[in-house]
Amino acid sequence: MNKIILITGTSKGIGRYLCEYYLEKGFTIVGCSRSESSLKNENYTHFCLNVSDEKKVKEMFHTIKKEIGTVDILINNAGIASMNHVLLTPMSTLENIFSTNVFGTYLFLREAAKVMMKKKWGRIINFATVATPLKLEGEAIYASSKAAVKSITEVSSKELAEYGITVNAIGPTPIETDLIRSVPKEKMDALIQRQAIKRLGEFRDVSNVVDFLIQEESDFITGQTIYLGGV
Amino acid sequence: MLETQNKIKNIIFQAIDEINLELPKNKQIVKSDNTQLYGSQSPLDSLELVNLIVSIEDNIDSEFDKSITIANEKAMSMKNSPFRDVISLVSFINELLEENE
Ligand SMILES: NC(=O)c1ccc[n+]([C@@H]2O[C@H](COP(=O)([O-])OP(=O)(O)OC[C@H]3O[C@@H](n4cnc5c(N)ncnc54)[C@H](OP(=O)(O)O)[C@@H]3O)[C@@H](O)[C@H]2O)c1
Repeated sequence: MNKIILITGTSKGIGRYLCEYYLEKGFTIVGCSRSESSLKNENYTHFCLNVSDEKKVKEMFHTIKKEIGTVDILINNAGIASMNHVLLTPMSTLENIFSTNVFGTYLFLREAAKVMMKKKWGRIINFATVATPLKLEGEAIYASSKAAVKSITEVSSKELAEYGITVNAIGPTPIETDLIRSVPKEKMDALIQRQAIKRLGEFRDVSNVVDFLIQEESDFITGQTIYLGGV
Repeated sequence: MLETQNKIKNIIFQAIDEINLELPKNKQIVKSDNTQLYGSQSPLDSLELVNLIVSIEDNIDSEFDKSITIANEKAMSMKNSPFRDVISLVSFINELLEENE
């Protein structure tokens, strides 16, 4: 049977790419974002919601269970970033970033795991960032929200192992999407110089790691955060 | 009202059945109003309780077409845990469903 992949944050960027990539491979995809998606495909279902809205998230899973059946793989991609000096970062930025990156990731992980545990099989992939290990200036809130995602990945991998669910994270380097559009070029160049392999990341670098993590043979890999580019 | 409560109780018993499938014969959980689900007197270990709660939530979801979170802040902070026995869990879930109207 075809596996069902749930991807969050599918209206654009990496999430949108992963949708198209896995649709092409014959998977059934369920996606979500706050805005509508322009993606039309008979194997794609879109939900409009904020990933940090617990009620909406639960409703979404309710509908998935009723109409699509289950979730085999969760790609917890929805995320936002913001650059600012610690002395100038408003509270509202903290709230927004933690709501989406931490609370949203957590809610989807929790609800997906409840569905996956029944089949004793599941794969959860979260999104970290190289901004955390590189301790990038200007990214205190973004980097710390993703440090939380890394911790959630590690701890939940232990709690969910007995249900046959693996939990891992990917930590991309900069990839050209709207997320990094506002970062000045010199900053970006300096950041790339700190990678072992000095180039921008590409969408296929992400799907390559996802391919690896979701393959049957990867059932002994959990709790890991895989950084791209040699960070 | 009573009908709802009976339905809820059946859902809890169903969940206990599911857990019992995985338990050895001498450790089967009894299905009664005062079976303790939590605490030192409970036959369930902490992981079995987790499985039980998830399974109850799931069956409520399909039976009542409503998504509730049983292990919510209220349940965790209540002096008298709603998990102390089956009958208190029934009334706790009943309340949650009413709030969800
Ligand atoms: N691009 C990079 O350089 C890079 C590097 C490291 C890590 N990452 C991580 O990779 C992931 C994807 O990033 P990206 O570059 O593809 O970003 P992007 O192009 O800005 O896309 C983000 C996606 O997430 C959705 N989204 C954002 N907040 C949401 C919310 N609260 N609820 C629901 N959907 C939400 C957006 O849709 P709506 O706006 O319609 O809601 C959009 O579809 C993120 O977790 C990011 O932290 C990216």
